[in-house]
Amino acid sequence: MITCLSGNEAVAYAIKQINPDVMGAFPITPSTEITEYVATYVCNGEINTEFVPVESEHSSMSVCIAAQAAGARAVCATSACGLALMYELLYVASSSRLPITLACVNRALSGPININNDHSDSMGARDAGWIQIYAENNQEAYDNFIMAMPIGESPEVRLPVMTCMDGFITSHSVENIELLDDELVKNFVGEFTPEHYLLKKENPLSVGPYDLSAYYMEHKVQEAEAMKAAKARILTVAREFEKISGRKYDLIEEYRMDDAELAVILIGSSAGTAKAAVDMLREKGIKAGAIKIRVFRPFPGEELAKALANTKAVAVMDKSEGFSANGGPLFAETRSALYDLKDRPYLINLVYGLGGRDVKTGDFEMIFERLAGIIKSGETGPVYSHMGHRSKEAIL
Amino acid sequence: MSTVYNLKKEVEKPFRLTGGHRLCAGCGAGIVVAGVLRALDEEDKAVVTNATGCLEVSTFFYPYTAYTDSFIHSAFENAAATCSGVEAAYKALKRRGKIDENYKFITFGGDGGTYDIGFQSLSGAMERGHDMVYVCYDNEAYMNTGVQRASSTPAFSRTTTSPVGSAQCGKKQSKKDLTEIMVAHNIPYVAQTAPVGNMRDLHMKSRKSIYTEGAAFVNILAPCPRGWDYPMAKFAEITQLAVDTCIWPMFEVEEGVWRLTYVPKKKRPVEEFLKSQGRFRHMFEKGNEWMIEEAQKDVDKKWERLLERTGG
Repeated sequence: MITCLSGNEAVAYAIKQINPDVMGAFPITPSTEITEYVATYVCNGEINTEFVPVESEHSSMSVCIAAQAAGARAVCATSACGLALMYELLYVASSSRLPITLACVNRALSGPININNDHSDSMGARDAGWIQIYAENNQEAYDNFIMAMPIGESPEVRLPVMTCMDGFITSHSVENIELLDDELVKNFVGEFTPEHYLLKKENPLSVGPYDLSAYYMEHKVQEAEAMKAAKARILTVAREFEKISGRKYDLIEEYRMDDAELAVILIGSSAGTAKAAVDMLREKGIKAGAIKIRVFRPFPGEELAKALANTKAVAVMDKSEGFSANGGPLFAETRSALYDLKDRPYLINLVYGLGGRDVKTGDFEMIFERLAGIIKSGETGPVYSHMGHRSKEAIL
Repeated sequence: MSTVYNLKKEVEKPFRLTGGHRLCAGCGAGIVVAGVLRALDEEDKAVVTNATGCLEVSTFFYPYTAYTDSFIHSAFENAAATCSGVEAAYKALKRRGKIDENYKFITFGGDGGTYDIGFQSLSGAMERGHDMVYVCYDNEAYMNTGVQRASSTPAFSRTTTSPVGSAQCGKKQSKKDLTEIMVAHNIPYVAQTAPVGNMRDLHMKSRKSIYTEGAAFVNILAPCPRGWDYPMAKFAEITQLAVDTCIWPMFEVEEGVWRLTYVPKKKRPVEEFLKSQGRFRHMFEKGNEWMIEEAQKDVDKKWERLLERTGG
């Protein structure tokens, strides 16, 4: 069925089709609508999810952890400060190996408080043991949410999944979208059948131990192995999803990369703008390409190295500032991934779009122009810099 | 609900908090938890939740658990939300025909995890009315981290963060009245009790809280020999003094109706409770008589107010 939905509505619709057992719900812009829609589905008897309208995001994640441990399928949605308030519990969820699904509608993290999009919220949670899948548009937000449970609940993975989309740009823009039939989604996602859970009558279970040096490290190694195993599982699920949807997904999306000499790497909705810029430059005969990171955790390092092996100059674009004084998080991961390449491209990092600062095709043209200049001169100039901000003088 | 109580029969039930846990000898928490869980009918299943604290780290130390029931611990500040999440899952799975047994949901948090850091989570879960019991074992300070003051710590009490020195004499502020705050949540059942005598009061209130539909809160005094600084063999004596001095009155509020469940034959002076513990030692130094007077005044005021509320 082809229709028009906002990103939030698309995710809420996926939740409706999945009909999860429990939802922990707390409002925060721009993810609020997801919980509103689900509340309405419950109110109208369209689904029979146990909707728990808690008093904070801390409690919504706590409810999800407990519900999932009890043997239920639990979901929630949040943004920015809400995700930050969950921070401690994100680790509890992943280390307890509970495949909760969280829709993260990316918003700049305070302070100062700002409700618009960047990736500082989910990037801050990148090392929490959650699988992170980012959407470029509404269709992907919907598709990613449907694929989340078959990925996370798989026995070799058993990790929580965060499906991310850009706040307002994706969450509030109404776009054409192709929805799958209810029955198709239901069968694809299947039933949640954990091996052990709190409410299993045959065998009580204890969850969340005090775990000192005798076992803690073994548990962490198992968790790390699970994250490694998630890569193959994400691809398997993507192949299965293609069969029912006709839409093809991978860990990364390569756009006109076959013979590209210049490339940008980025995450989320700006990929659409980058692709448009690439098309414009290709018409001028410039060998430009773009790579969209769809899956950030597990990080597709080998795939990225392979895709960039024949490029000459690359701009890694971070939509969050990590304050490492050495580049953003995507840059650090990308540069590390390229270390084993025999011939490495020149690499620069541009931090852009913070707090909803716009990025346009013209900006990408300038980036590619800079990359071309780097190849010509053999000098990268400043490796790590910001883009799209005004100088102090311009503001005063 | 039956009001028959036979201690001998009750202790013959299999312990749901089994021996071998690592709580200190003489710890009030273990006595409280075993006592509350004893109030469950043997055939009923339960899921127990803990806030982080002495109890949690001593009863579920990987790979050993002291609980015969299913158990979950998640963090310090979210025990109530955690319990509510298990209860929500239970409702959903039962509705969908995936489980058919009856389960009860019981949370234990220390006073730090209840009065302070877990207060918001507790308030939320109670307001939402989950069918669960939240039990606070109140030992009047952060004991797991080594005796720091909490909002549950009584005035003048010496802790490591309310020390006794020339410029300050223990905690300056008085104890937060959490039980009254929980009454203000208008939930079906709120009670305050202590592990005294033959444990009848604690048992009956535990039963009521578990078998009353909806959210229930029980605040239970749980003396801590290390933090309160007294010889561990004096547990029963000190607990009895707490209720006989009216420092820790035992009462319940059922559907908004207040009822005192214990009135001491003779209300003993607060001094007797205070002098039994090292945490109040400085109150008996020369020149500090005013502290004892103030403590007595405070207890009298609160006891009178309670008598008014309970129609005594």
